[in-house]
Amino acid sequence: MGTASGAEIGRPPKARQEHPLRRRRLRIGERSIEVGLFAAAVVSIVTTVGIVLALGEPTIKFFGEVGFGEFLTGTSWTPLFTDPNYGVLPLLTATIEVTLIALLIAVPLGLGSAVYLAEYAGPRLHNWAKPTLELLAGVPTVVYGFVALQMLNPVLRALWPGDNPPDFQNMLVAGVVMGFMIVPTIASLSEDAMSAVPQTLRDGAFALASSRTQVATTVVVPAATSGIAAAIVLGVSRAIGETLIVTIAGGLVADQIQLNPIRSAETMTAYIAAAGSGDVPLGTIDYNTIFAVGALLFVLTFALNALSIRLVRRFREVYE
Amino acid sequence: MSTTAPAEPAASSIGGELTRSRPRPGETAFTWALRGCVAVSIGFLAALLVFVVYQGWSRLDSRLWNAMPTARESRIDEAGVQSAITGTLWVVLTTAAIALPLGIAAAVYLEEYARRDRWYLRLLELNVQNLAGVPSIVFGILGLGIIARRLGLGLSVITAALTLALLVLPTVIIASREAIRAVPPSIRDASYALGATKWQTVRRQVLPAAVPGIATGSILSVSRAIGEAAPLLLLGAVTLVLFNPAGFDSTYTTLPIQIYNLIASPFESFRELGAAAIVLLLAIVVVLNSAAIYIRYRYAKRW
Repeated sequence: MGTASGAEIGRPPKARQEHPLRRRRLRIGERSIEVGLFAAAVVSIVTTVGIVLALGEPTIKFFGEVGFGEFLTGTSWTPLFTDPNYGVLPLLTATIEVTLIALLIAVPLGLGSAVYLAEYAGPRLHNWAKPTLELLAGVPTVVYGFVALQMLNPVLRALWPGDNPPDFQNMLVAGVVMGFMIVPTIASLSEDAMSAVPQTLRDGAFALASSRTQVATTVVVPAATSGIAAAIVLGVSRAIGETLIVTIAGGLVADQIQLNPIRSAETMTAYIAAAGSGDVPLGTIDYNTIFAVGALLFVLTFALNALSIRLVRRFREVYE
Repeated sequence: MSTTAPAEPAASSIGGELTRSRPRPGETAFTWALRGCVAVSIGFLAALLVFVVYQGWSRLDSRLWNAMPTARESRIDEAGVQSAITGTLWVVLTTAAIALPLGIAAAVYLEEYARRDRWYLRLLELNVQNLAGVPSIVFGILGLGIIARRLGLGLSVITAALTLALLVLPTVIIASREAIRAVPPSIRDASYALGATKWQTVRRQVLPAAVPGIATGSILSVSRAIGEAAPLLLLGAVTLVLFNPAGFDSTYTTLPIQIYNLIASPFESFRELGAAAIVLLLAIVVVLNSAAIYIRYRYAKRW
C-alpha cells in the first residue's frame, strides 16, 4: 500500500483539499476485502437468476407442446400415461387442500402458543417452552412423513366409524402433521409481533381495569395484526412448498380432482419429487413437466413471501 | 389466572376495594385454552419421539453404523446405514465449508459496508429474504438444471453440497446480520477513534462480539442441511449405495434419503431399520439445536 495513482479513484481532488484530515492513501487491502464481501453478497442474486434460468427454458419448451389454457384448466394430470393429460388442477387443489388442513391445526395452536408465551408465561416457562416448540421446526420433514404414515394413519383407520376407511396415504394425516410442523413458524413470528407492541398500550389498558385476557385479546392481538398475518402467510408458503410429508403420506394419484381429505391425492411438490427422482431423460416432455410445475410452485411461493415481507415491514414501521 | 406472570395484580381481596376478588367469566377458561395450545404442540413432539424410539428400538445397535444397506429382505438383519452416515458427513461438511464463509461475508457486507440508499442494496436485501422462503424442492430443480446438467457436475457429492449451500445461505446471512446488528455502534466508534481501519474494526471488534449469534445461526443452518431431503431426491441420492463416498465426484446417499427409502418398504424389518436411523438423525438434530440454544443463552451479551 502506498500513494499509488489509484488513490484518486472516486475522489475529486477538490474534496481532498477541503478536508485536510481525510485519508489520502488508498488502502488496497481494505478495498479488495470490500470487493470480496460484495461478491459474497451477490451470490444470492446469482442464485435467484439461476433458479429462474433453470425453470425458464424447460418451462417454455413445455408450453410449446402443451397449451397454457390446458395446463391451467385441465382436470387430469397423467403425464406418464400413453394418453397423457396435462391439467395441473388436481395437483393445485391437492396442494390447497393439504395447506388448509395444516392451517386448521397450525393457526389456533401457533397463535394460542404465541399469545400465551408473549402475555402470560413467566420468564422461566418462556425460556423452556419456546426452544422446545422451535424444535418442532427442526425435526426433519422425512420424520414427519414417517409419523403421518405409520403413527397417525393407523390410529385414524382403526378409529374410523364407517365401512369405507381412509386410504393408506391421504391428505388428512399429511395435513395434520404438516400443521404441527408449521406451528413454530406461526408462533415465533406472531410472538415477535406481540412483543413489539409497546408496554405503554398494555399499561393503559390495565389502568382502565382490563384483565390480562382483555389486554391480550383487545389490545395486543389487534395491535400485532399485520405481524400475525405475515406469520400466517409465511406458514402457508411453508405448507405449499413442503415435499417429504406429502410424498410419503399424501399419495401420488392425480388422474382427477380429489377433494375428499381421506383419499389419496398428489400435490405439486409430491409430483416434482416423484417424477424427478426417477431417471427422466433430458429434453423429453416428461422431464419438462417437472420444471413447469416447479415454475408454478416458485411463482406462488414467491408471491406469498413478498406479501409476508411487506406485512412484516408494516408492523416494524408502526412501533419502531 | 397465571401464577407465573410477574405483572399480575394480587388476586387476594385483602388489599381492599381496588383489588379484584371475583374471577371474570371466561378468564380462567381462556388461559387454560392457551396453555392447552402449548401443551398439545409439545405433546405431539413428545409422542413423535416416543413413537420413533419404540419403533426403532430393536435395531438401535452398532449394526446401524457398521453395516451397509441392502435391498434384499433376507439380508436385512445384517444391514445398516453406514453409507448414508458417511454420505451425510461428506455432503454436510462440504455444504458448511461453502455456505458459512459465504453467508457470514455477505452479512458483513450488508451490515457494515452497504449503503442503505443504493437501489441494488435494497434489491440484495429483498432477494435474500425472498430466497429464504423458496421451497427446498425448487433448489433441487436449480441443482438439477444448472449445477448437475449445465455445469456438468453430475449427480455427485459436490452437486448436492453446492445445492444445499445455496439453500441454507439465506438463513446464514439473516442470522449473521442480526448478530452483527446487535453489536452497538459505540464499539465501532471507539475502534475508529483509535485509528483502526474499517476492516480492522470489523475483524477485531465487530465479528468477535457477534460470534455467539453467528454460531447459533450457523449451527441451526447445518442442522437444517442434515435433515434436508427434498432437493436431494432430484439429485440422484435415491439409489441404493453400497459403499462410502470416495471424493467430491462420488455417488452418495444421505440419512434422510436412506430413511425415505426404508420407511416406504412393505417389509416391517426395513421400516424398523428406518425408525432406528430416524432416532440417530433426530439425536443429531436435537444435540445441534440444544447447542445452539445453549450458546445463545450462555454467551449472549447484554450491552
